[in-house]
Amino acid sequence: MSKKFDIFDILVGKPEDPDYGNKPVIIQGITGNFGSVHTRLMREYGTNIVAGVTPNKGGQSFEGIPVFDSVKDASKNFNVRISGIFVPAQFFLAAVKDAVNSGIKLLVAIPEHVPIRDAMEALDYAQTNGARILGPNTPGVIVPKINKIGIMPSQPFIKGNTAVFSRSGTLMYEVSFHLSKAGIGQRIALGIGGDPINGTNLIEAFDLISDRDEVDSVVVVGEIGGDAEESLVEYIEKTGFNIPVVAYVAGRSAPKEKRMGHAGAIIYGNYGSAESKISSFSRVNITVAKRPAEIPSILKKLMK
Amino acid sequence: MKLLEFQGKELFTEYDIAIPKSYLAKNQSELNQFADKLEFPVVLKSQLTVGGRGKAGAILKCMSKEDLVPKFAELLNKEVNGELPKIILIEEAVDIDKELYLSLFLNRGKRTYSLISSGQGGMDIEYVENKVIQDISISGLTQAIAESIAKNLGLSGVTADSFSNIVIKLAKLVRENEAELAEINPLAILRDGTCLALDAKIIIDDNSIFRHPELRKYIQISELQEQAEKSGFSFVELEGNIAIIGNGAGLVMSTLDIVNDAGGKPGAFLDFGGRATTETIYKALEVISKLSKIKAILVNLFGGIVRTDLVAQAILDAYKDGMISVPIYARISGAESDKAKQMLSNSNAKLYDTVEEAITSLVQYIGRSK
Repeated sequence: MSKKFDIFDILVGKPEDPDYGNKPVIIQGITGNFGSVHTRLMREYGTNIVAGVTPNKGGQSFEGIPVFDSVKDASKNFNVRISGIFVPAQFFLAAVKDAVNSGIKLLVAIPEHVPIRDAMEALDYAQTNGARILGPNTPGVIVPKINKIGIMPSQPFIKGNTAVFSRSGTLMYEVSFHLSKAGIGQRIALGIGGDPINGTNLIEAFDLISDRDEVDSVVVVGEIGGDAEESLVEYIEKTGFNIPVVAYVAGRSAPKEKRMGHAGAIIYGNYGSAESKISSFSRVNITVAKRPAEIPSILKKLMK
Repeated sequence: MKLLEFQGKELFTEYDIAIPKSYLAKNQSELNQFADKLEFPVVLKSQLTVGGRGKAGAILKCMSKEDLVPKFAELLNKEVNGELPKIILIEEAVDIDKELYLSLFLNRGKRTYSLISSGQGGMDIEYVENKVIQDISISGLTQAIAESIAKNLGLSGVTADSFSNIVIKLAKLVRENEAELAEINPLAILRDGTCLALDAKIIIDDNSIFRHPELRKYIQISELQEQAEKSGFSFVELEGNIAIIGNGAGLVMSTLDIVNDAGGKPGAFLDFGGRATTETIYKALEVISKLSKIKAILVNLFGGIVRTDLVAQAILDAYKDGMISVPIYARISGAESDKAKQMLSNSNAKLYDTVEEAITSLVQYIGRSK
């Protein structure tokens, strides 16, 4: 990887940008059940949605937002780098290719149940063309007070300096809710996604904030399945990442070889077990909270 | 979806990967149909989705026909980790020179497929020694790469050819069936130098099944599970007596852990996801109502995506219709939660502000009702 992917530049921009804090966003699947509901909610939060895409509905509009047949068509009228993908899983790969071909640099991939083969092909395609996927099966990303691209409720999040990275959607809300209640705001909250293959994994998420001076702490919400947490610990060790980190791992009492809701949440032998992840974090002295509600007090102690 | 061994071996046969001569029997009369044809010794293998059957004594060698009936009956009645077999695989034993290990799996961290091979197979992968892990492309696995893997294992001649052919065929199987894992452990080298798959462990990507109607016949889930999946939720039956319902896999897992820490015993995991309506939540309670072991239900809801007042209505309906009678301990936060609380105030559902409070009361209730 050559140039560092700057998610804040894409989501927020620089003060000298004419659209600073108001970056344009396209919603793919805007007229669908899910897409339409969340387009409304994102707009209410302040996200600048300039266009929507639904094949065969080009020329229509959704609550004043013009709808196009493809991102390709939309990009003739708008210069957009962000897309929220709300299409059904079986159309995901085509949606990604359309977006990447049209200059989209950040693809927030909401759909659940995307086949692994399609996800891998989509990631390859994005990477080859210098674009980044969040997800699939992610709740999206929110920069409190600026914008949100995704399905997260707005209430749990307040502006601040902590980064929240979570493999689970609802736990991202739950943890942020507890943080906010304790007065700890978030600079960014980002969902990794519940699938086995993630466009942005925990390490890449840490990379997004590693040189952001305003980010003063990180909460990482892991869960059983795979070895993302173990790899993250190696990264933290190797890079000497040194701002306070609190971890949480869901699924300590989950049985082996049973998929616990998320496609990626499954333990085989010791691979993917909560014990493996917790002992990795403990090895580098990262405190692992036992309950989401404990996280703020642990973090406050570290911040003293 | 994890295939049973014999199902995996059916796929192996389709892909021309050699397996022992074998038969299947669900009961004694099916066994009788081919018992006279068997060449002893044979190996009886219980067909289970759970692991650890070797250690649990669910694989039995049978030296003679006299042995067959009692050992077959023993296996049919042997429970392994709570699972009874529906079918037994009977294989004629083969003369083995050596056992290897071979698998192809989706390497999640590296976002690619990896191949693991070892000259020492037969035990759990965690205990396999001298294993070589290499990243491969399942669509670009060439003869040359397969041959180099054989060479690294010190194989030569007929065995190297046979082995590298199997590597190529296994990659084709993984690619065409969208498998997350295909493991042959052990892969036997026979006296004549050729390789033969003694076991098969294949996991198919559930989300790709819509593209593989031919694999649907391998889906083996309980009726309850099927009912749950049709309604769009994830359901896992567990061993205890507390059903845990919520929106989001991570949140429900987290709740499971807290219940466990508080001394409660979860009996069901049910995540109804973000698209729940009154109807789907009612259906979730319907699934739970069919588990007679459940003594209480814990609902942990983080609102925002799902309207919590819709959940409250579903709970009221479920009580009114007599579908459930056990108490519900609920923590509901987020969109419309004040309204939800008000709706439930006169029901058998108790509402709490934090999940910890709900769990404490629930566990106390279970303790009292013993």
